[in-house]
Amino acid sequence: MKTTAVSSLCRRVRIVALLAGLCCPLIAFAAATKAEKLAGDAGPPRGAAIHAVLTSPPNVPPPTNRNYAAKVIVELEVVEKEMQISEGVNYTFWTFGGSVPGSFIRVRQGDTVEFHLKNHPSSKMPHNIDLHGVTGPGGGAASSFTAPGHESQFTFKALNEGIYVYHCATAPVGMHVANGMYGLILVEPPEGLPKVDHEYYVMQGDFYTAGKYREKGNQSFDMEKAIDERPTYVLFNGAEGALTGDKAITAKVGESVRIYVGNGGPNLVSSFHVIGAIFDQVRYEGGSNVQKNVQTTLIPAGGAVVVKFTAKVPGSYVLVDHSIFRAFNKGAVAILKVNGPEDKSIYSGKELDAVYLGDRAGPNLAAVTKATQSEAKGTLSLDDQVHAGQALFAGTCSVCHQANGAGLPGVFPPLAKSDFLAADVSRATGIVLRGLTGKVAVNGQEYNSVMPPMQQLTDDEIANILTYVLNSWGNPGGRVSTEDVKKQRSSAAAAPPSGH
Amino acid sequence: MNRLAAFVLAVLCCVSAAAAEYVALPAGRFESVLPQGSVPTVSTPVDVPAFALRKTPVTLGEFLEFVSAHPEWRRDQVPALFADKRYLYDWSSTLQPNPAASLQSPVVNVSWFAARAFCESEGARLPTWIEWEYAAAADESRTDARSDPAWRRRILAWYERPTTAQIAAVGSALNVYGASDLHGLIWEWVDDFNALFIAGDSRTQGDPDLLKFCGAGAISIVDRDSYAVLMRIALLSSLRAADTTGTLGFRCVRPD
Repeated sequence: MKTTAVSSLCRRVRIVALLAGLCCPLIAFAAATKAEKLAGDAGPPRGAAIHAVLTSPPNVPPPTNRNYAAKVIVELEVVEKEMQISEGVNYTFWTFGGSVPGSFIRVRQGDTVEFHLKNHPSSKMPHNIDLHGVTGPGGGAASSFTAPGHESQFTFKALNEGIYVYHCATAPVGMHVANGMYGLILVEPPEGLPKVDHEYYVMQGDFYTAGKYREKGNQSFDMEKAIDERPTYVLFNGAEGALTGDKAITAKVGESVRIYVGNGGPNLVSSFHVIGAIFDQVRYEGGSNVQKNVQTTLIPAGGAVVVKFTAKVPGSYVLVDHSIFRAFNKGAVAILKVNGPEDKSIYSGKELDAVYLGDRAGPNLAAVTKATQSEAKGTLSLDDQVHAGQALFAGTCSVCHQANGAGLPGVFPPLAKSDFLAADVSRATGIVLRGLTGKVAVNGQEYNSVMPPMQQLTDDEIANILTYVLNSWGNPGGRVSTEDVKKQRSSAAAAPPSGH
Repeated sequence: MNRLAAFVLAVLCCVSAAAAEYVALPAGRFESVLPQGSVPTVSTPVDVPAFALRKTPVTLGEFLEFVSAHPEWRRDQVPALFADKRYLYDWSSTLQPNPAASLQSPVVNVSWFAARAFCESEGARLPTWIEWEYAAAADESRTDARSDPAWRRRILAWYERPTTAQIAAVGSALNVYGASDLHGLIWEWVDDFNALFIAGDSRTQGDPDLLKFCGAGAISIVDRDSYAVLMRIALLSSLRAADTTGTLGFRCVRPD
């Protein structure tokens, strides 16, 4: 008897799910909820209506700090606007609340949410919203279909706790999502979430522009690339550099960090990873189960996770989609900067940097040896220095500054055709010796990261590396001698970097 | 043939007091992106009878004349049932359009009721969706340019730009029928805008609401690559007849 009811319910669910496509996965959950007599339903809302605090990324609204279910009013405005997708590249985004991803919404399980969707009069398109945290057909989409210059209202009860994606679901839905129409809504459990020192909001999305990656000017949406699932950009928070440099998210050593990470899609699944950190906890798929000690977590398009970890070692941690070409060639890079004292017992920094003699190392080592011998004899030529420097550069510097000296825009400054280098060569020597922390402008772009001191390099090695760099990739040329480096090193020892 | 068309046109022009220019469209077989037959995913061509289409969208100047002659359509006199609060809201007074806008630019912020009344006033009516789609499938040299990716891209480029500046005057390049501004300037009302998801036999269509959200739109669109047309249908289907928006105007048709 019971089985029949359940199976007929399942069949109905299946039909509805078939019709609604992939966008309403909660319908299936709704069936389970019904069996438990609507768990999560705390009855009618209590107290005065509350206006939800909405935040733009990477900020997260404060905890609701409520021990009862209330009526919460959410007012979200849709704005179509031009913004930078990359330096010098403009794109017309369609946004929930003026940002990509859209405003973060935070409510409590059992809350009755009165949702107002306003479509700005300057919009060309009608829009609506499908919240994956809504139990009901279309997740609110059908009830929120709104023409430009109009407003819709619908109300839902947040029955299930968790982190949920919301997105526009107006036809053609793929295009609305590709233009940035997604965000996250957090439904807190009744007891709230454990306190942490920082909460951040990061959301990945793939973008399809008519021009190539970083092609300057106004770029329009390329429908064919979108259908073929060949993105031009894969980004965190809607723009290259949205979370690097000055805009990096930050924490101090010893602090706990919770990041709500969503994936708006429209097409790609994210292999989310933080280089150099292990997630202590991941609520994978945004569900209630917690997985511990995770390196890389999979976030489906139209899905989200909550990751938590404690910052233990200072430095810049790079958030990437570990489908790694997306990070290096499509922009899927963000930075978490951790400040504070080092703990050498957890991470030592580089303790050894020696040449390793593989089969192919012969010629390179030969160049270094030749330079050392020539210098001893007093016959060191520019050529000797450049060749030795090239071998050393490949082993030490190219990891960040890249073998072609181009660096990684927004993260590691370029050495190629570098105005910063050309302006002051002795400053460059100082940087290799003592490292560099903080803001610099290189070729018109600002960088704000950390280069550690290269304490393992000897004076002649530094001289050769710098000489190689000065004579490569369109730099002005010139030479740095062992003597120059020695002088800088001793002057640094005499006068510690207080002048910095 | 051409001379005949010109003659018909001349007659039409004389009939109209406003002397708006109409161009003749020949009858033809046409495949709409919306299913016209019993199987929604299979294209069923329909015969479109000949008709005459206004060469350009109705301009601000023309609409000013209309409300001058028909006070019941002034924004302070129009019943709320026939036009929402945004109706002509940017005019500086009831008979004075926004001075920043050219009188040659298309009138926008007009409701379907007002558009319909205007067309009646010059002995015409609003086009049906099929008529509009038929006319708008043409480009400068072809009657049906829809399969050309370059044509699609050109149209999409306008759809994605938000409306920031004043809308330009009418008079873009003429399409092969001699009509202009079907793309790239404004959205246009059609007579049957609120029936766009329902074919002759609505029983074959499932739930018309489905088109409004999710990938469900894929169920009822014959040509899924036709994003440009799909977006126009989405816009029209989001409206009620009294609604107005800042990029929505209209043009009229007459039987040929």
